[in-house]
Amino acid sequence: MTVLNFLGRRLMIAVPTLLVIATLAFGLLHATPGGPFDSAKQIPPEIKHSIEAKYHLDEPLWRQYLRYLNDLAHGDLGPSFQYRNTSVNELIRAGLPVDAVVGSLALLAALLTGGVVGTVAALRRNGPWDHVPMFFAVLGISVPVFVTGPLLILVFAVRLHWLPSGDWRGGEIRYLILPVTALALPYTAYIARMVRGAAIEVFTSPFIRTARAKGLPTRIVVLRHALRPVLMPLVSFLGPAFAGVLTGSIIIESVFGLPGIGRYFLTGAINRDYTLVVGITVLYGVLIILFNLLADLCYAWLDPRVRLQS
Amino acid sequence: MNAAVLTEPAAAAGQWRQCWLRLRRHRAAVVALGVLGLVVLAALVVPLVSPYDFATPDWDELYHPPDASHWLGTDALGRDLFVRVMWGCRISLLVGIAASLVSVLIGVVWGATAGYSGGKTDSLMMRSVDILYTVPFIPLVIVLTVLFGRSFLLVFVAIGAVSWLDIARIVRGQTLSLKNREFVEAARALGLSNTRMIFRHVVPNLLGVVIIYATLTVPTVILFEAFLSFLGLGVHAPLASLGTLVSDGANHMKSHPYLLTVPAVFLTLIVCCFSYLGDGLRDALDPREQR
Repeated sequence: MTVLNFLGRRLMIAVPTLLVIATLAFGLLHATPGGPFDSAKQIPPEIKHSIEAKYHLDEPLWRQYLRYLNDLAHGDLGPSFQYRNTSVNELIRAGLPVDAVVGSLALLAALLTGGVVGTVAALRRNGPWDHVPMFFAVLGISVPVFVTGPLLILVFAVRLHWLPSGDWRGGEIRYLILPVTALALPYTAYIARMVRGAAIEVFTSPFIRTARAKGLPTRIVVLRHALRPVLMPLVSFLGPAFAGVLTGSIIIESVFGLPGIGRYFLTGAINRDYTLVVGITVLYGVLIILFNLLADLCYAWLDPRVRLQS
Repeated sequence: MNAAVLTEPAAAAGQWRQCWLRLRRHRAAVVALGVLGLVVLAALVVPLVSPYDFATPDWDELYHPPDASHWLGTDALGRDLFVRVMWGCRISLLVGIAASLVSVLIGVVWGATAGYSGGKTDSLMMRSVDILYTVPFIPLVIVLTVLFGRSFLLVFVAIGAVSWLDIARIVRGQTLSLKNREFVEAARALGLSNTRMIFRHVVPNLLGVVIIYATLTVPTVILFEAFLSFLGLGVHAPLASLGTLVSDGANHMKSHPYLLTVPAVFLTLIVCCFSYLGDGLRDALDPREQR
């Protein structure tokens, strides 16, 4: 199957998937009683009516749905209900870069540390250089971000006063260190375990034995022969992981007070901001599909034995 | 060999015995099992014997530091932290195990049916799993809990419904490799119905894999519930899961760090133990994957 063919078939699955996601989110929000404008304050009925007319909430549901899908197809996620005069697109444009910066820095850090630790553990298998880091790896996977985040703040901000406990300030490095560390820890642990497993398998395979038998130094064996097959499982992990970093950063944002999209999502869900919630859910779906696709392409490019299948 | 095959119950018992022996050699898993047992026992017994109640505030004992009367101190409302943490363990374990059972049940039925049927049914069923994989579940569950209020049942169902996908995939793969084996063919030759074939002959042979993944699902579910509770979408106050306790503790950590560290330690302990136990079971039940 050619690459174009593959891309075409994947897109054909992606569109109905997104439709399912949008419909699910839209349907859930509209199916339950209560609307965005009938909570706290008592608004005179005629004003409420005109507000609802402005957002087309007075139309029958199927017309709202079709209108939404039509806007969606044009890349317009609609106006936000709770942030007056702001569109969901604008909110996403403001929030997504924050998540992207924190997320990619965290994954990069995790990749470097996890890769090195995992390789060393595999080379020193069953020694202290294996057992101690792997114990911390299990710990790292088990301790959730909403525990490590506050603990990091407690130690480095409250007690030691080395770093600020939160806020964004346009992405100043001092403000980045703690959230990136907290987000990176579980991924580091996961990558370390994965690299260790893959490296052990690769190091014991015949082609590495041949390379060693030729008398190549360990450095060359690791870098030139073993690195690529060890990286393989990481590639398929990183695609979903990157999407997960972006979608799962809700906690990090609320712990460190970052202005990312997760925060908008949470307040949107609580205040019944229909368009904001559906919009961000669809965005998450797009990201997941996109990064899975990228991972599959990288995988096929790295390993010629893999054939692209949809 | 021959005798073992002829007396099947005995052979099966022998197999489980061997697994147990292999598991016992896995030191970390044994320790994990022991610690888990202790935590479960404490979670069951402590609230019964303690003079304190998890819900009643005590206005004279606010932020009482840990000492002989309150072993782990009291929280912002003067409630005994030890009792509250033990209740948290009860709830987290209950949610974790119940939701895992739900997801294992759905996953096994779905995966075994798809794998055994093959053809169009299989590709349709697995394609829908693929689609569900790309649905962003964290947002959807958040929306669900916001919309339908914080219901305990909903948390169960939502988490269980989310985490069956992996199990379905694994079970399908195993079923595919099982269904062409001789004993399945023999059963088919005897004219068994498809349902009987799946549940009497295929599923029991999947038990090992299913047990491993069920064990590994429990910690992820506990963490997911804690995540929801941390966002304030979990169980109702005054009842608290470990996630709620961690979240409460994080709000008071500047002045009273033990309110954060104690529930955090228990949460980590439980999750860690399940992971080690899962690893041990994998080695014990699936000797091919010795690492």
